[in-house]
Amino acid sequence: MPGSSFIRTVNAEAVDFRDIPVMDFADFRESIIEEIRAGGRISAMPACPAEDGLLRIIAVLSLPVSGEILIGSTCINGSWPSITPDCTAAHWFEREIAEIHSVTPNGHPWLKPIRFQPPHDISLQEYSLQCGNAKFLGLDGEESHEVAVGPVHAGIIEPGHFRFLCHGETVYHLEISLGYQHRGIERAMKGGPGVRALHYMETLAGDTTIGHATAYCMAIEALSAISVPPRSLAIRAIAAELERIANHVGDLGALAGDVGFLPTMSYCGRIRGDVLNMTALLCGNRFGRGLVRPSGTAFNLDKNLIDELMLRLKSTEKDITSAVELMFDTPSVLSRFEGTGALSEETAREAGLVGVAARATGMNCDVRNEFPYGMYCFSQLHACTWNTGDCFARAYVRWLEIRSSIEFIRTQLLNLPDGPVSCKTAPISKEKITVSLVEGWRGEICHVAVTDKEGRFAFYKVVDPSFHNWFGLALALRNQQISDFPLCNKSFNLSYCGHDL
Amino acid sequence: MINIIKTRIQQKYRTFVYPDGPPPELPPRFVGRPVVSKAQCLHEECGKCVSICPVQAIYLSPETKGPIIDTGKCIFCRQCEGACVNGVIQFSRNYQLAVSEPENLLVKAGVPDHCDARNKVAEKLFKKSLKLRQVSAGGCNACEADTIVLGTLAWDLGRFGMQFVASPRHADGILITGPVTRNMHEALLKTYRAVPEPKIVIAVGSCAISGGPFYDHPEQNNGAGGIVPVDLFIPGCPPHPLTIFDGLLRFTGRIK
Repeated sequence: MPGSSFIRTVNAEAVDFRDIPVMDFADFRESIIEEIRAGGRISAMPACPAEDGLLRIIAVLSLPVSGEILIGSTCINGSWPSITPDCTAAHWFEREIAEIHSVTPNGHPWLKPIRFQPPHDISLQEYSLQCGNAKFLGLDGEESHEVAVGPVHAGIIEPGHFRFLCHGETVYHLEISLGYQHRGIERAMKGGPGVRALHYMETLAGDTTIGHATAYCMAIEALSAISVPPRSLAIRAIAAELERIANHVGDLGALAGDVGFLPTMSYCGRIRGDVLNMTALLCGNRFGRGLVRPSGTAFNLDKNLIDELMLRLKSTEKDITSAVELMFDTPSVLSRFEGTGALSEETAREAGLVGVAARATGMNCDVRNEFPYGMYCFSQLHACTWNTGDCFARAYVRWLEIRSSIEFIRTQLLNLPDGPVSCKTAPISKEKITVSLVEGWRGEICHVAVTDKEGRFAFYKVVDPSFHNWFGLALALRNQQISDFPLCNKSFNLSYCGHDL
Repeated sequence: MINIIKTRIQQKYRTFVYPDGPPPELPPRFVGRPVVSKAQCLHEECGKCVSICPVQAIYLSPETKGPIIDTGKCIFCRQCEGACVNGVIQFSRNYQLAVSEPENLLVKAGVPDHCDARNKVAEKLFKKSLKLRQVSAGGCNACEADTIVLGTLAWDLGRFGMQFVASPRHADGILITGPVTRNMHEALLKTYRAVPEPKIVIAVGSCAISGGPFYDHPEQNNGAGGIVPVDLFIPGCPPHPLTIFDGLLRFTGRIK
């Protein structure tokens, strides 16, 4: 039976690392393919050195139907028959393993570095590969040409290199080459948690400070077997939803700007700041730095603060509604959004997309429902979906989510559980593995922590939703006009540093 | 059309009056420039602030017999304040953090709480028009977001002739965020070289000044300083938009 050798666990629960089965590679491969076909997702696929110079690949699969997380592993010696030809969603994971551990997935259709980081066994000084210097897909023929953009882009945006293979104005394929933001976070997490661990998480993707800090804290709390007070869970959820609203509002404004609809662009740029300022009311920092701590939250809410937040939520809701409805009521905006960069649900599923981009195709995926954690165990949010998979859908799903998040925050503020906001910490248990899943504003965030015999991190794996979705952007751009790239790109709005780590 | 006008009225006029009026209100829990008091520091007998700092931003000075905080490294996590037994270190609500001389990044007992960001050359050349090319070189998108916001109608940097432009060829200087990763080193240099002389460089955020949380990682360069000459340092993780805004205006002599 497929998956039978995988160990079954749930979100943010620690299990003995020794209990993770080491399977025969053929079984491992077959089980992954079967589970993904049955509706599962690959949430992470880290690898670590095993005995006798072998490499142990660990697959973390999440099953939305049952809410379970499956963990299994296999050992390989230098190479393995690539899983990608039978399971597209594995392709970026296999490229990552190949890059970090100097091994080869045989038969991988498009193997090249994803971050231009040195393999774990050689030092940075010995590493000579220049970022972006890879063998890109080429296009030959009359009227065909290539357009290279980046790493430095036109706006205030993170760096990445894009290469459009065009025939006239039509894009046949987009090659995305990242790695410019690589800061070595996972390497630095090894042997931790150190004094910087939480700060790495908060700056991993600065616009997802709450999302990544929450996933990290859930991992630490699972490893040290503590359960944090309900009031802190509610505050974390409020901060997470504020983060979602702020980014979604910013994105809707930027989307309006990309089609030249300036009123909504101007309003949303400002309103985004208003929402960030609400987060700053919680903890002093607009991005929520210093709020989420392993043991709870560093700040509490008193009655005055709750009243102030309720007041601001009301006026911000009014501002957002008028700005966004204006955009969706404007035919010239809709005609640019509709049908641009469309992805089918089937493609999204096959490519393993998550978050807004996946929900815009009709996929009903949302970690808050599928693998509930923290406050979402007690207070459910429905997944907001649309079915056209185009730029309109990605914009509209954001608008639906903004409304649902505002309602959620209001409910939480009015029903905050009593009690403290933090508890005592405890030592981290040894030789455990834990998987924490969080629905960040871009989609599923997955952190995998494994501790060694001393209770230090043997490795710490982070999978940002952008890791799953960058390829989705490449697919969405096929057969589009090259001039639609800014619009498509913004409708995904993926993180460069979250991917590059 | 009528909807656009209705919405325009509903959204009101929102541009801040600052610098002609008071600055926008900061949140009650805002963390600004640290202050080192002349109170009794236990110095080497204690050293808690030095050991608790995650980014090695604090060291003990034999000269002042107290701690020195490098605001260019500080990520404003406030842990030193909590660890300090005698309350020597305290974080104020002062948002004016930008400085044009790197030694003014150091906060120790007795330093003035007001920093000088003014640059006479910048004032002469760029007071009425400053076009900047932004380069994110490993920035986490927080400094970038707080820079983008300056272009919105709330801050409206355009009022002062300041603008972010698409090409370095059109720019008077570059504004850098991020610790300058190894993988962005060359791109940053090329962008800098593409800016015509005379040009200026602004480092925004503790990453761009010193490496921030990534200080001493081999994958990055501990900030932009070792690669290009920096004229304005704006500390913070990330700096509040008001800190950046105020820094830019003081730098060019718009606020004195």
